Amino acid sequence: MEVTVTVNGVEYRRETEPRRLLVDFIRTDLGLTGTHIGCDTTSCGACTVLLDGVPVKSCTMFAVQANGHELTTVEGLRRDGELSPVQAAFKEHHGLQCGFCTPGMMLVATALLGANPDPTEDEVRWALSGNICRCTGYANIVKAIQSAAATMHEGVRA
Amino acid sequence: MYPPAFDYAVPRSLDEALDLLAEVGDEGRVLAGGQSLIPMMKLRLAAPAHLVDINEISELSYIREVNGHLAIGALTRHADVVRSEIVGAGCSTMASAAPWVADPLVRNRGTVCGSVAHCDPEGDWNSVMLALGAEVVARSRTGERVIPISDFVVDFFTNALEPGEMVTELRVPRDDERSGGCYLKLERKIGDYATVGVAAHLRLDERGRIGRAGLALTSVAPVNLEVEEAERMMAGQEPSEELFAEAAEIAARTCQPQSDVRGPAEYKRAVVRAYTRRALHQALATARGER
Amino acid sequence: MTTTHQPTTPFDMGGIGHSVRRKEDDRFIQGAGRYLDDIQLPGMLHMAILRSPIAHGRILSIDASEAEAMDGVVAVVTGEMLAAHDLAWMPTLSGDTQAVLATDKVRYQGQEVAAVIATDPYIARDAVSAIFVDYEELPAITSPQQALEEGAVLIRDEKEGQTDNVAYTWEAGDREATDEAFAKADLVVTLDTHYPRSHPAPLETCGVVADVDPATGEATIYLTSQAPHAHRTLFAIVAGLPEEKIRIISPDIGGGFGNKVPIYPGYVVATAASLLIGKPVKWVESRSENLISTGFARDFHMHGELALTADGKILGLRASILSDQGAFYADAQPTRFRAGLFHICTGSYDFGAAHVAAKGAFTNKAPGGVAYRCSFRVTEASYLIERLVQNAAYELGMDPAEFRMKNFIRPEQFPYLSPTGFVYDSGDYHTALRKAMEMIDYEGWRRRQREPHPEGKLIGIGIASFTEVVGAGNSRTYDIAGLKMIDSAELRIHPTGKAILKLGVKSQGQGHETTFAQIVAEELGIPFSDVKVQEGDTDNTPYGLGTYASRSTPVAGAATAVVARQIREKARRLAAHLLEASPDDLEWEPGRFFVKGVPDKGVTIQEIAFAAYTDFPEDMEAGLEGVHYYDPPNMTYPFGSYIVVVEVDPEDGTWKVLDMVAVDDCGVRINPMIVEGQITGGLTEGFAKANMQWITFDENGNCIGSNFLDYLVPTAWETPRFRLGETVTPSPHHPIGAKGVGESATVGSPAAYVNAVIDALWSKGVRNIDMPVLPHRVWGALNGVEVAP
Ligand SMILES: Cc1cc2nc3c(=O)[nH]c(=O)nc-3n(C[C@H](O)[C@H](O)[C@H](O)COP(=O)(O)OP(=O)(O)OC[C@H]3O[C@@H](n4cnc5c(N)ncnc54)[C@H](O)[C@@H]3O)c2cc1C
Ligand code: FES
Ligand code: FES
Repeated sequence: MEVTVTVNGVEYRRETEPRRLLVDFIRTDLGLTGTHIGCDTTSCGACTVLLDGVPVKSCTMFAVQANGHELTTVEGLRRDGELSPVQAAFKEHHGLQCGFCTPGMMLVATALLGANPDPTEDEVRWALSGNICRCTGYANIVKAIQSAAATMHEGVRA
Repeated sequence: MYPPAFDYAVPRSLDEALDLLAEVGDEGRVLAGGQSLIPMMKLRLAAPAHLVDINEISELSYIREVNGHLAIGALTRHADVVRSEIVGAGCSTMASAAPWVADPLVRNRGTVCGSVAHCDPEGDWNSVMLALGAEVVARSRTGERVIPISDFVVDFFTNALEPGEMVTELRVPRDDERSGGCYLKLERKIGDYATVGVAAHLRLDERGRIGRAGLALTSVAPVNLEVEEAERMMAGQEPSEELFAEAAEIAARTCQPQSDVRGPAEYKRAVVRAYTRRALHQALATARGER
Repeated sequence: MTTTHQPTTPFDMGGIGHSVRRKEDDRFIQGAGRYLDDIQLPGMLHMAILRSPIAHGRILSIDASEAEAMDGVVAVVTGEMLAAHDLAWMPTLSGDTQAVLATDKVRYQGQEVAAVIATDPYIARDAVSAIFVDYEELPAITSPQQALEEGAVLIRDEKEGQTDNVAYTWEAGDREATDEAFAKADLVVTLDTHYPRSHPAPLETCGVVADVDPATGEATIYLTSQAPHAHRTLFAIVAGLPEEKIRIISPDIGGGFGNKVPIYPGYVVATAASLLIGKPVKWVESRSENLISTGFARDFHMHGELALTADGKILGLRASILSDQGAFYADAQPTRFRAGLFHICTGSYDFGAAHVAAKGAFTNKAPGGVAYRCSFRVTEASYLIERLVQNAAYELGMDPAEFRMKNFIRPEQFPYLSPTGFVYDSGDYHTALRKAMEMIDYEGWRRRQREPHPEGKLIGIGIASFTEVVGAGNSRTYDIAGLKMIDSAELRIHPTGKAILKLGVKSQGQGHETTFAQIVAEELGIPFSDVKVQEGDTDNTPYGLGTYASRSTPVAGAATAVVARQIREKARRLAAHLLEASPDDLEWEPGRFFVKGVPDKGVTIQEIAFAAYTDFPEDMEAGLEGVHYYDPPNMTYPFGSYIVVVEVDPEDGTWKVLDMVAVDDCGVRINPMIVEGQITGGLTEGFAKANMQWITFDENGNCIGSNFLDYLVPTAWETPRFRLGETVTPSPHHPIGAKGVGESATVGSPAAYVNAVIDALWSKGVRNIDMPVLPHRVWGALNGVEVAP
């Protein structure tokens, strides 16, 4: 089947088998390897992408289902040559170690801050609870996201 | 890891979907949120020949208030329920269950109707629907039926749909000023299915007695289990600690849990007892407008 | 002991003690990390493995004809085919042999039976379903106790001279002296507990891309490897390939925690397939494959006894261990130590006698025995002693904190020779525990614990005051498969004063690119951002045994400091030449030499570096570089005190952490931010194991815990919030006084959580609950209901 998707603002058109998982399509067919695979039971969120702005697990969707939709992957977080506030905060607050969960975590954070500009610690932890990190123990991820929220406020006020 | 091959169709309207389902018959399956079906296909526990993807039928995505009930469309996702003001104001039981279904990302895809259709006894929604006395609207090319949830849930992963039929809507009685409910779930972590789940719903009469009681259990029987004996026992009674304790006893006695990694049957019964009591108290407080 | 280490370099230079931000993060936060599965080579084929559905059985026949006929399938590899190349078996890291693809029997569920090589991973997976294997089922042995029973079926019937299911026996300490100590005891406290099978489950699974060039026979093997050099040597031995023709490249690694130390059958099959087919072959494990077949950890059945005096002194410890090794004895551990460094189990306490007897049994389970965020069985040891100590305190009617204080090794006793032969380098256990007690308000919680709870919940307070042993180890005593446990660093300073540091270890998220650059910054005054750290490519880095068991800082970190100091000495001579002074008249400050008493007369390290290539004395070799192989004189002994407060709901058996304080002493902290990150990760792992994470088996040997629905790992929601504290007791023998920290918290914290739950339930008669302390187990313990599993 032919699939047309817009990923990080770029339109791609590809032939694909219906059974092809979106994550394989993104990683292999489009070569965007920042989206990862960490499980086979829809449990870990390493494969998180934004589908029309909503975080979903791309290992649990078929590529054909993205036809006509917009995707954002980690490669699309940087805008105009600048790291997004969430990216910058992950580095600043040591929100990553091996980096394998990081794209998923940052995409969830980006969507969260879009909907809730000033989340509490509980709200952040709740939003992240579909994503697993095996390295950090989450504390710094939470800190990074709350700090990104604060930065974005300053940006708005300035 | 990788699902087996299948034929795929993506209708743009309900009628088109019903035509497609009629064509493929029992070889076909509806693909809703895919959050149960795709994992099963990846582990090769399911290998449907045809998938009819309903995700592009936006007319099926709604939560509406109609004649004293809430209508939930087939494409309504768990996350829509979490966010819905209509549900927040009109169905305390659903509102309390929704945040505990799966995890936030799964909730962004998975649908309530898909969950109901799936009839996984570890699924949360069917307990909620049983406690509420909801109805399932099923349609095929030849017509529509409205099926009480207790008839819809037939068995372990088995619903009452005929080939060519799909669920289009759930009808959930709306809370009035004297009713309320809640869902309590024991899970080992977010994303885990329930070790035990208890849905309780109470409607009080003008004198504060229990008019209608709904009580249903998750993960402790081959199907989501409505505890009818306890429901009947409570109807017409003055709510009290003793009454709820008795209902909890009945629930613990009626359920049929299996011993497994989530614990021995005895333990699950003990949790059913404790959570039933807690859930009924919470439902009562909501019905009385105390919370 | 000081409370913190004061940096001597400016922040931008980033020497020791600065929480500079990590250099590696820039690529990771942009999705530009390059992990194994990101590698695509032209013509690359994909491998999928057929695994045994049963735990024990004889293979009668394998029919792959349908699979072979499928479009896109290039080859199906079986054990028979490998046997023809003498590749059906391979050595393990503990001197046993392990099947690559089963030829005779399958010995655990998930064992590798055949492999499909295809043009596409989906096709490879389809073809695996089209291979049909006939098994004659044999009884499955699912516990080590069962394995040792009279008449138990022999699992390793292929192994010459093997007549039972014993994998090893081993002892440490002094049996007689221990018996004497017990004879004198007023009281003996015992504990039987199982440290369950666990799995490191890094978020990235294991994998390989094997690329053997048919023309030259050169093999480039991309591998998720924590120990690329050791793996190259082992590949050379296993596959009989000349070592110079093997290049192992370990790309970015998505977490290791010990899982990526062994060589797995999939690596060997993919390499063999690439060799035979002449094309690159990729194999990446699925999560189920990862959990079911590679790198389990723990699985120790432990019996411990403490001999005590009536006034609360420990006289001796007896421990006996029965370890469940699975079907092959594959522990990644130093050769001489058959139960790893378990004999560190005397912990932080001063007493005269200890004896450890260990036995390992073969069972029908996956092999592994990796050091999961732990230095070779130290976690099990720490868990046993810390649980025992708490029970001893209660039996004596003492507060567990007071009992610990009374029995701790005192600061002036270091270096301390333990009864099992370790020489603890340094420590101050009293201060660490006191600090933790203050931070958490220990007395306050003890008071609150006695007050009735409005909802009938029970409060418990648990302590663990662990001592770890890391940084294996000196060459006299420590080797793995004969390879001495040294590590190395090669440092080159370029003419412009920038540097490249090449290491034999391999980061899996620990931040080596930053931390090691900071050591160079400290020693040479070159800003850490000017130091490129390279690891993982055996063609371009010096030899080393790799990153696990918290070795990197103690061993490779020391190598880095030493090589930098050697370079600084040469820089001193160059500076003397430039300043026309005697080397002895020069003084060093971060980044520059100057003439004593004349601070203005100096040269920077950058100027010196330039001179090393442009203006060096006649009698001096050009260049500014060196390599050092560090053979640690001793191990390092990080320690700490953790205190956890929990609230238990007796109705459903759930418990939650109300507060947790972790005071760690890992000596000098190179980058405190990274150290705290490691500790937080470790505390979470400890919580996971105490609360939910384990692998078990049913009576037929079916693995329960083979995916993330059953193998439960905590999310941000369940993970407790931690408060960290520190003390700093430098290692006296380590060049920069650092001890290593990657694993302390995993080692120390499980006992603290479990002790807290037991503390809450002690008055109800509960003495032990095995990990994970699942709600139903708590409920069972409270209600006297036997709970299995
Ligand atoms: C990690 C994880 C954790 C989860 N945890 C929970 C949990 O705690 N509690 C819980 O309740 N669920 C849980 N789920 C399941 C989740 O809620 C699913 O969304 C739900 O079970 C199925 O809904 P779906 O829309 O995804 O259905 P799909 O997966 O698309 O379909 C499921 C089945 O129902 C059929 N079907 C779907 N829609 C219709 C329809 N309209 N008419 C007829 N048939 C239909 C399909 O053909 C299929 O057979 C979890 C899932 C995952 C991946
Ligand atoms: S890979 Fe998608 S959830 Fe784990
Ligand atoms: S940083 Fe390694 S999994 Fe999160």
